[in-house]
Amino acid sequence: MSTASSDAAAQFSGRQQSALQRVQNALHLYPWISPLVILILSFIAFTILNPRFATAGSMGLLIQQMAIVAALAIGQTLVILTAGIDLSVGAITVLAMMVMATLAKDGGMPGLLALIIGVGLATLAGLLNGILVTRMKLPPFIVTLGTLSIFTAIALLYSGGSSIQASHLPAFLNWLGKGFSIGGLRLTYGVLLVILLYAVVGFVLSQTAWGRHVYAVGDEPEAARLSGVPSRRVLLQVYTVAGFIYGIAAWALIGRSGAATPNAIPTANLDSITAVVIGGTSLFGGRGRLIGTLIGAIIVQTFAFGLSLAGVNQQWRLLAIGLLVIIAVSIDQWIRKVK
Amino acid sequence: MAVARLPLSIDHIPEEKRSIYDAEPVLSGRGMRIQWGHVVGLDGVDIDLYKGEVLAVIGDNGAGKSTLIKCLTGAYEPTGGTVYLDGQEVHFKRPQDAREAGIETVYQQLAVIPALDIASNLYLAREERRAGPLGSVFRMLDKRGMARRAGESVQNLGIQTIQNMGQAVENLSGGQRQAVAVARAAAFGSKVVVLDEPTAALGVKESGMVLDMIKQLRESGLGIILISHNMPHVWEAADRIHIQRLGGCAGVITPQSHDMGEGVAIMTGAKKLVQDQLDGAA
Repeated sequence: MSTASSDAAAQFSGRQQSALQRVQNALHLYPWISPLVILILSFIAFTILNPRFATAGSMGLLIQQMAIVAALAIGQTLVILTAGIDLSVGAITVLAMMVMATLAKDGGMPGLLALIIGVGLATLAGLLNGILVTRMKLPPFIVTLGTLSIFTAIALLYSGGSSIQASHLPAFLNWLGKGFSIGGLRLTYGVLLVILLYAVVGFVLSQTAWGRHVYAVGDEPEAARLSGVPSRRVLLQVYTVAGFIYGIAAWALIGRSGAATPNAIPTANLDSITAVVIGGTSLFGGRGRLIGTLIGAIIVQTFAFGLSLAGVNQQWRLLAIGLLVIIAVSIDQWIRKVK
Repeated sequence: MAVARLPLSIDHIPEEKRSIYDAEPVLSGRGMRIQWGHVVGLDGVDIDLYKGEVLAVIGDNGAGKSTLIKCLTGAYEPTGGTVYLDGQEVHFKRPQDAREAGIETVYQQLAVIPALDIASNLYLAREERRAGPLGSVFRMLDKRGMARRAGESVQNLGIQTIQNMGQAVENLSGGQRQAVAVARAAAFGSKVVVLDEPTAALGVKESGMVLDMIKQLRESGLGIILISHNMPHVWEAADRIHIQRLGGCAGVITPQSHDMGEGVAIMTGAKKLVQDQLDGAA
């Protein structure tokens, strides 16, 4: 709330701003600027450290490695925009993946049918999160902490805890691991699907009424409700859509790993949250852009890949990511104070 | 007419405004009652609001001002009593019902979404889509159209200081935010606008701006209910003043019939308002 200082009160347009305030305002409008700057700087730095970094071959590998986390981070972005958090990202993905693979291998089910059931199950898992958050009024942190264990347990119990190699699976379930090359840049169909997901969800968030409602519910749920936004329904839909996206990511993950393994993606939760936060989306909800999340996911992978190409110990990557998270959240706190 | 109007002492209303009261009330409540267990929140309150007037509702904390208004606008479901809009009995189950019927409410806080821009706030939950398949198939918002019409709505209220409709509401001053909330109500409220403590958080100059907007709305022929603790604002803006006391109506006065001191005395129970006294003075 602004102060009552009378002459500043009604005059926005003519106000003098310092350079720092202008930066603050720009970041407030475009929160993905700072991660983009970090990404460009780290690209330059890693290319100087090892020229092999900036080759088409390296880029193709980098993109493939970041694609799964980038996909999961879409769902995580939706949830975090509503001021929630999803700790069951990895659990839902693994559950969907193991169910798809087990149905196809042991049940002899066609790949497409197994995929539909797996994605459907992930969507239901998201819906369950949503119901617990909206109907039982439980904090998202607690709900997804609980379902994290539950879904992991179900995945392990159902699959018997063992991996299923791609050679035992129908080609359809592996298809996203296949790809093509443009010059030396190798891309998989999984990467293309993730890019498509970004385009669709990005469009929905920025161009449709539902997108506006997601931001409104995340920023001021009560004001949104009083304005006529069906807050609970929007929240429920967010968790459900997130579950669906995790299901699609599970499909891409089978292609990427060449197998369905219960421990295929052990750091999914923290990696997806890290991508969202580094991408400039506020953990307090209502602020952020999906493009920022994509940049955040690329940054994380750039550090991993760049540092290993530079021959640096991987622990430095952890340290760098940790610093980036803290810097990103500090910037968010700062731009939220914009006047 | 489904409902007989409440007695009105026209003598204490300035001559040029009396024609407002020739028409039937736009919004009426009869015997409004609400009870939570043994607690009586409203004890059979009657109220009439006319088009083109500002009816202030004053009263101590807990006197039932907000409760009365919430019963009229669908935020609470009253235990008893009837609401009439344009003489027709209506039953609002949710605030949306009242909104669809042309009654807009501006809440003291929680009126706007700080992170969204002005146009998005004005059109929140009433978004307009683009023409053609972009709108019908892809559900794409008509951002430009909404921004243009939002600009017009704000201009209509005489607000010159807000130019860019794409700017986030949290970048605005308190008065400008309230202006956005009022503009939103004015743009969509076809019959009644209710303002709950619109100046409570504002400085002197910004309060003046909001009061000017309220007068502007009245000129456009809307019925306006103004809930306020600020007696100078009430006496400046209101045509009539409904005084709530202990869940009931302690009387309806006008800024001409009583001064602020007398109004507060009635509000606190230090003085009783006798209707005869009002009529007798005429």
